[in-house]
Amino acid sequence: MRPFEYIRADDVASAVGLVSSDPKAHYLAGGTTQIDLMLKDGVLEPERLVDITRLPLRGIRRHGDVLHVGALVTMEELAADVTVTEQLPLVREALLGGASTQLRNMATIGGNLLQRTRCRYFRDPTVLSCNKRSPGSGCAAISGAARMHAILGASMHCIAVHASDLCVPLVALDAVAHIQGVGAQRRIPLADLYVLPGDRPDVENVLQHGELLTTIEIPLLPAGTRSGYLKIRDRSSYEFALTSAAVALAIDDGVITHPRVAFGGVGTIPWRSPEAEAVLRGASVNTQTFRAAADAAIHDTFTVTGTAFKVELAKRTLVRILQTLTEAG
Amino acid sequence: MRDSGKRAEGGRSSTVSLTVNGSGHDLTLDNRTTLLDALREHLALTGSKKGCDQGACGACTVLVDGRRVVSCLMLAAQCDGREVTTIEGLSPDGVLHPVQEAFVRHDGLQCGYCTPGQVMSAVALLAEGRAGSDQEIREFMSGNVCRCGAYPNIVAAIREVAACDAAV
Repeated sequence: MRPFEYIRADDVASAVGLVSSDPKAHYLAGGTTQIDLMLKDGVLEPERLVDITRLPLRGIRRHGDVLHVGALVTMEELAADVTVTEQLPLVREALLGGASTQLRNMATIGGNLLQRTRCRYFRDPTVLSCNKRSPGSGCAAISGAARMHAILGASMHCIAVHASDLCVPLVALDAVAHIQGVGAQRRIPLADLYVLPGDRPDVENVLQHGELLTTIEIPLLPAGTRSGYLKIRDRSSYEFALTSAAVALAIDDGVITHPRVAFGGVGTIPWRSPEAEAVLRGASVNTQTFRAAADAAIHDTFTVTGTAFKVELAKRTLVRILQTLTEAG
Repeated sequence: MRDSGKRAEGGRSSTVSLTVNGSGHDLTLDNRTTLLDALREHLALTGSKKGCDQGACGACTVLVDGRRVVSCLMLAAQCDGREVTTIEGLSPDGVLHPVQEAFVRHDGLQCGYCTPGQVMSAVALLAEGRAGSDQEIREFMSGNVCRCGAYPNIVAAIREVAACDAAV
């Protein structure tokens, strides 16, 4: 564990300047992954930590049909928000289904969206083969135990899963990230923020070093929409997803309208499924429809011995939540 | 560019003001010092336990500004100006907190190593209003692992305090 400089930023511009100007600088927010990877695993070795937790990025504000969430809002705070509770059950369920209360009190929404992978090989510096940590070194997970790994967007180069629950409903809802760079701002749809690993698994998103996620816009669902998040895991609480699905839809005279579908626990990035949505849109409510949507969603998989079960489990996860949402009054 | 972060000794340590169980402390700490290590090694408050030291077990649970956190994944420097409550702060006069009494009454422990974290988490859980049912208690206590398996008695202890609180 190397020594590092600790600086507490007191405005956004200073924070962005401090990190952008120093390739060895990292942001520190909730710290639940950053401190773990630095002090405990020894995987990250920044020379400067810029603490952004006192920046004024903590508000949750509704503008029309869009919720603007400051990047430093904690997972617990967002889950407790009245609008989220009443209108975005899929977001609330994903938040409360992740981590523990202690970690949710610390972890921020911005940190959740930009969290590093939980791949055990990435997190163990004694493992030499990890393309995400050391580009070109190979992937130990391909031939190792890999129950918690990805089957979509994966390849021989990397099968690390994107472990966020929250990102699953957020990509389904077309959430948009506000990004602050040095003297410039941009808005990036969350679906465009993440980069498939390809042969460069070390590149996880389109952000430049020092760019700061400041706000996330979450579009609200129209009245009458049903939504939910189903997470399948090895323990009933405080465990990462083997598979998960976030779904929103409406039913009009027995026909599905406005379907939104995304998967977690299976993708190298949060996995929106336009294929499943296309099958569901305008289709009648029955298990055949649900199964067809699941078959359309889970295709072109890359599996290893440890992850092969996820192909069928992910399909059944979608079918189950579609059944639950369409059976409810 | 403003740069008001606290620095000393070449930037590798920071001065940190903590209020712990109502008492103020000014410490100069290596930046790598976690809140847990500051409490245990610098303030001799060894009630908070180091279990996994990776945020997975909950033995180090304390309250920061009234919210439960795992102190092993928080830098002490981040807590500058914050109020920290540890297990020692629950019974400042030697009189056990109702949650501690209930743990004793229900035998909510075996080896006791996880107990300070369990108790701190339970105190927060009750304040959060999440002790409405055994299922809710189990769900929102899931961040505290007990390798001895005292869970049924821990749930019973919390249920009893919740019932007493509701009766008041």
